[in-house]
Amino acid sequence: MNRNGNTYTFLYAAVMVVLVAAVLASVSIALKPRQKRNYEIEKKQNILASVNIETTAKTAEKIYAEKVVKEYLVNTKGEVIKGDAFNTDLKKERAKTPDKMALPVFECQTDDGIKYVLPVRGTGLWGPIWGFIALNKDMNTIYGATFDHEGETPGLGAEISTPAFQKPFKGKTIFDKSGKLISIIVAKAGQSAPAEHKVDAISGGTITSKGLQKMLFDDFTSYKAFLTKKKL
Amino acid sequence: MSDPLFSKKHLKLLTDPLNSSNPITVQVLGICSALAVTAQLKPAVVMALSVMAVLAFANVIISLLRNTIPNRIRIIVQLVVIAALVILVDQVLKAYVYDVSKQLSVFVGLIITNCILMGRLEAFALGNRPWPSFLDGIGNGAGYSVILIIVGFFRELFGSGTLWGFRIIPESWYITHGGFYANNGMMILPPMALIVIGIIIWVQRMRNRKLIEE
Repeated sequence: MNRNGNTYTFLYAAVMVVLVAAVLASVSIALKPRQKRNYEIEKKQNILASVNIETTAKTAEKIYAEKVVKEYLVNTKGEVIKGDAFNTDLKKERAKTPDKMALPVFECQTDDGIKYVLPVRGTGLWGPIWGFIALNKDMNTIYGATFDHEGETPGLGAEISTPAFQKPFKGKTIFDKSGKLISIIVAKAGQSAPAEHKVDAISGGTITSKGLQKMLFDDFTSYKAFLTKKKL
Repeated sequence: MSDPLFSKKHLKLLTDPLNSSNPITVQVLGICSALAVTAQLKPAVVMALSVMAVLAFANVIISLLRNTIPNRIRIIVQLVVIAALVILVDQVLKAYVYDVSKQLSVFVGLIITNCILMGRLEAFALGNRPWPSFLDGIGNGAGYSVILIIVGFFRELFGSGTLWGFRIIPESWYITHGGFYANNGMMILPPMALIVIGIIIWVQRMRNRKLIEE
């Protein structure tokens, strides 16, 4: 066949595309269960990390079963609703109107008593960022925080997933004395903010830092009714 | 197959890209990723290895197909091969070595856009047998790696005071701890990577006068 003719070119392209698609699709299907399990283990590790329990991929599931005593969903009015908290997709919930949102809560048993772990999700510079915030029983003081990201710049925005950024969250409060929700202010050097609500931003990672601050404020706002209720 | 596997001609394919035909400093390809991933040494090394692997295999595949590829859609065929390889690598990493795939995160996708790949497929693999193509892929991957590692080394050392995540410049030297030293914040931003690459090109041309254009 004439290798420069239209027929050959079309046939070649068609066969190639179908072949490549078939290979990629079958690999994707074959590896899906393993990948899903990896995601789940990672999520469990992150939840435990927010209450300062270090785990490895091997031990995570066992420790999780021991330490996380309750998983449930609440709505924005603070009422407990039915559903699978662990597999709730935050991305889908965020797209709903506030009265339809289902918000997961994980109760962890630690050496310092019960901690309430709330998942958060927002937008960084290049893509989604997310994390888990553990609150003390007063529903105000942060006990620990972990953050992760899909593709923030290494050395800059990606620093949100390092302990250096996450450690200072411990002990900060999200409500002020009058009970107003302030959330956490991720501040640049020189920017003034009350010390009990402030953590340092990442130099060179301004948009990620801003996105993180917005994520925390938005998500604490959704949980506000639950937090206020539980505090009493 | 007249030449032995590691003839002089074949070895040249491996060594030339390290110096006189370096993909970054001489051909000026793959600059974007060299700026993006070199703020720290570790991602730079990981990226370098991934590019080397994908480049070598893409070269072999294109070389095997070279007599069947219709001329008018050859760029598309090259792109499909690269993209399919990268997705395959990404999927396998996610399933079997999840923590490595997390470190690579966005870089795996970036490999597709690396101009070195298209450049070598177009310039070499389309006209050569699989074995020389494989060597060419490894050689160019190594040439790319050398520059990435040098840039990553200087940027991490002067930008964060660490290497591979380990602290090199002692804490006590820093102004915040009563010392005299501060990290150069410019180093972790992409413009400084370009300047470092510029200096490498300068040094290389000083040592190898043949590269200087008339």
